[in-house]
Amino acid sequence: MLIPPPPPPSETALAIECLGMTKRFGSFTALDDVTIKVEAGAFHALLGENGAGKSTLVKCLVGYYRPDAGQITVDGRERDIRSPQDAHAIGIGMVYQHFTLVPSMSVAENLVMARNDVPMRIDWRTERERLAAFMETVPFRIPLDAPVTSLAAGEKQKVEILKQLYLKRRFMILDEPTSVLTPQEADEVLGMLRGLAQRKEVSVLIITHKFREVMAFADRVSVLRRGKLTGEGRVADLTPAAMAEMMIGTREPASGELQRKAGRAPGSVRLALEACKVHDDAGLPAVEALSLSVREGEIVGIAGVSGNGQRELVEALIGQRELVAGSVKISGEPFRATRAEIRRHRVFSLPEEPLRNACVGMLSVSDNMGLRNFDRPPQATWPWLKRGRLRAQARRLIAEFKVKTPGAEAPIRNLSGGNVQRAVLARELSGDVSVLIVANPVFGLDFAAVAEIHARILAAREAGAAVLLVSEDLDELLELSDRVVVMFDGRIVHETDIDSADVGVIGRAMAGHSGADAAAA
Amino acid sequence: MSDSASLPAAAPSVATFSFDRLRRPAEAVLVPLGALLAAMVLFGAFVWVLGKDPIEVYKLIYKGAFSSAFAWQNTLQRAAPLVLTALCVALPAQVGLIVIGGEGALVLGGLAAAVVGHAMSGAGPHTIQICMAIAAMIAGGAWIALAGALRHYRGVNETISSLLLSYIAIALFNHFVEGPLRDPASLNKPSTMPIGEATMVGTIPGTDVHWGLVYGVMFCIVAFILVRYTVQGFAMRIVGGNVRAAKLAGLPVGLLILASCGLGGAAAGLAGMAEVAAVHGSANASLIAGYGYAGILVSFIARHNPLAILPVAVLLGGIAASGGLLQRRLDLPDATVLLLQGIAFMVILASETLYGRARIFQPKGG
Repeated sequence: MLIPPPPPPSETALAIECLGMTKRFGSFTALDDVTIKVEAGAFHALLGENGAGKSTLVKCLVGYYRPDAGQITVDGRERDIRSPQDAHAIGIGMVYQHFTLVPSMSVAENLVMARNDVPMRIDWRTERERLAAFMETVPFRIPLDAPVTSLAAGEKQKVEILKQLYLKRRFMILDEPTSVLTPQEADEVLGMLRGLAQRKEVSVLIITHKFREVMAFADRVSVLRRGKLTGEGRVADLTPAAMAEMMIGTREPASGELQRKAGRAPGSVRLALEACKVHDDAGLPAVEALSLSVREGEIVGIAGVSGNGQRELVEALIGQRELVAGSVKISGEPFRATRAEIRRHRVFSLPEEPLRNACVGMLSVSDNMGLRNFDRPPQATWPWLKRGRLRAQARRLIAEFKVKTPGAEAPIRNLSGGNVQRAVLARELSGDVSVLIVANPVFGLDFAAVAEIHARILAAREAGAAVLLVSEDLDELLELSDRVVVMFDGRIVHETDIDSADVGVIGRAMAGHSGADAAAA
Repeated sequence: MSDSASLPAAAPSVATFSFDRLRRPAEAVLVPLGALLAAMVLFGAFVWVLGKDPIEVYKLIYKGAFSSAFAWQNTLQRAAPLVLTALCVALPAQVGLIVIGGEGALVLGGLAAAVVGHAMSGAGPHTIQICMAIAAMIAGGAWIALAGALRHYRGVNETISSLLLSYIAIALFNHFVEGPLRDPASLNKPSTMPIGEATMVGTIPGTDVHWGLVYGVMFCIVAFILVRYTVQGFAMRIVGGNVRAAKLAGLPVGLLILASCGLGGAAAGLAGMAEVAAVHGSANASLIAGYGYAGILVSFIARHNPLAILPVAVLLGGIAASGGLLQRRLDLPDATVLLLQGIAFMVILASETLYGRARIFQPKGG
């Protein structure tokens, strides 16, 4: 049987279908039998929480990953995409959240440089004529000779899209393209893309968190949750509430949570945040006038789409970031996360990415397990450090928390992610905990580890700790929390007891719809 | 949690000696040794291209550095300041800072020592020497602590700032030595007022090696104990390993950075004091001899381990001491040994990427 030669790159929008795509990383299934059909000239949105499998899916489409099962058809023909080069040859292009332009070069230079067939010597006159002719065919104007640094963020994103068109990409995947844009810029860029799609010049598959953009621009939507396709349909037939439900699940909150109900009633306020203001790395406000209190024996969950100030808030609480304004009090006393205060108030934390935030990678497991108490007897008799005692402590914790390590003296960075988290867990939760700050504690861990870590957090609460739990996984929050607050744009926009928590309302609050919108919907 | 039934049958943790414990130290010794060997091969190729016999060159280096009591004394004299300036790199390195401005701390330390030594003339020699050392350590320490403060509070890269501060220090030094503090009697070589023969620090009995070497050895031992065996040293290494984890643990990061930079600068300042009090008798341009920069090389080869600095400084002191012999016997330029140092530095830096790669150096069990 003759294999037909691959068709030449299409001049019009491509239709792409993924059938039964499955991708596993070890024992973790990132993508589970997902089927998505993007028609030619469609503006198709892909929704989902962090870790839902959106990125995995598009990485399979552009050839960065090879799916373990499933097939991709382009214009009805099955195609094997083995590498990004294959994807480019077919006409699939990708625009990323962050810019991939060379800032010091002009727009024209950036465009020409992106081509694969740039000759040794570039005849700029011909190139310029060709570029000018190309610019006639696109619906917007960008000054070709302007250096990229001089462009606003929205214009840069347009140049990224322009680059894909110039490279004759007929299927464009955009990964959160508006996250660095203002709403006005986002509308302009997305409007332009929709125009291109309507004229059947490209098909668009866009990853986004923002319901507003989906409602305003997309014609179809597919929703992923934990690697599975949980919903799809025409945007015109759907409401944000319905999409939020597909995205975060319809789980009935707090039904039969026996271990929770066994707990005693929360006591007095242990951790109190008063009008806290925190800046991000760029010095821009990330958390604004945030007030919150956590009582003893209570878990307060902070929900929110990532990037709404949760990370900065946690960093401020655990001493990694300065508080610009406001105050943090523990049991009524000011708390600035000095070692003495941390010890006196018995504050512990499980920050996200433990190897980056809570461990010294080059030091041993034993040293890392001693991070909280290496300067106290019996680990030290001032000023002497007793390494034997540190090692003994580590051996005990390794056994008790079943940390898999070649030994107490192995550098902690040689451990697997789950075991690094266990080692941190052992250090933070083996003693008497009064305040516990937790952020995405189970990200990337397998189910057994998740269950154990959740059990330990609940046990700390049972023992009377005040727990602040930040998570991007709403299920986790609903399972563990006594109270849930939603952060959006650095503020708390919604607060509810677990018994009256409504997933729909929480989802809309996470998506930035204020209480009034939520009531109207 | 104390449910012992759930514990895995952990091996009884009796502290038995095993070769396993030696794997990591072996790596720390063998990798730099291998790198030095590679550097010697490269340098050998270089002298071979120049038409000399590499074996002959290495024989001469050995002869000039370690073959006789005289050669040893020459070597140790040259090693003495390197020990202290290497500490100016090794101590800040514990908190993760790469400081290369030891030269500045050394000249300012020397200047401070010379000023104090002259001003106190008349007091007992030991009192004067102690005050000179303290003044030198304060001057050098403050200078490097400034680079640490710029880094911690203003985010200025400490490698660049310490180098530039070093140029400023040398300019200040020249200004004072040639201007306000110049001894009118020093005609063709501007110097500060001499501290006086009676105040000079002598040599170690039976040798030509001055007491500066002993200061260096003592400083290294203290630094090693500090880093390895004390709570503060452990805190420094946490800061150096991961500032975010250090902040999580509530450690006073700024204070630890200032302290380690200050101690390192104090060591380099003390080297300047030794040059003044044991060698030159006053502060003059002879202090600006590149000891600060050679110390960077020493510390990197020693992997910033204060004890390892001692043999490495002796090795490099020996190479420097043999320069003259190479020049006389083989007609190689005096700077040839600098080339060997440079090659060694590059190869050592490149060998940093080898750590943790070889299975044989990884401990199997706890």
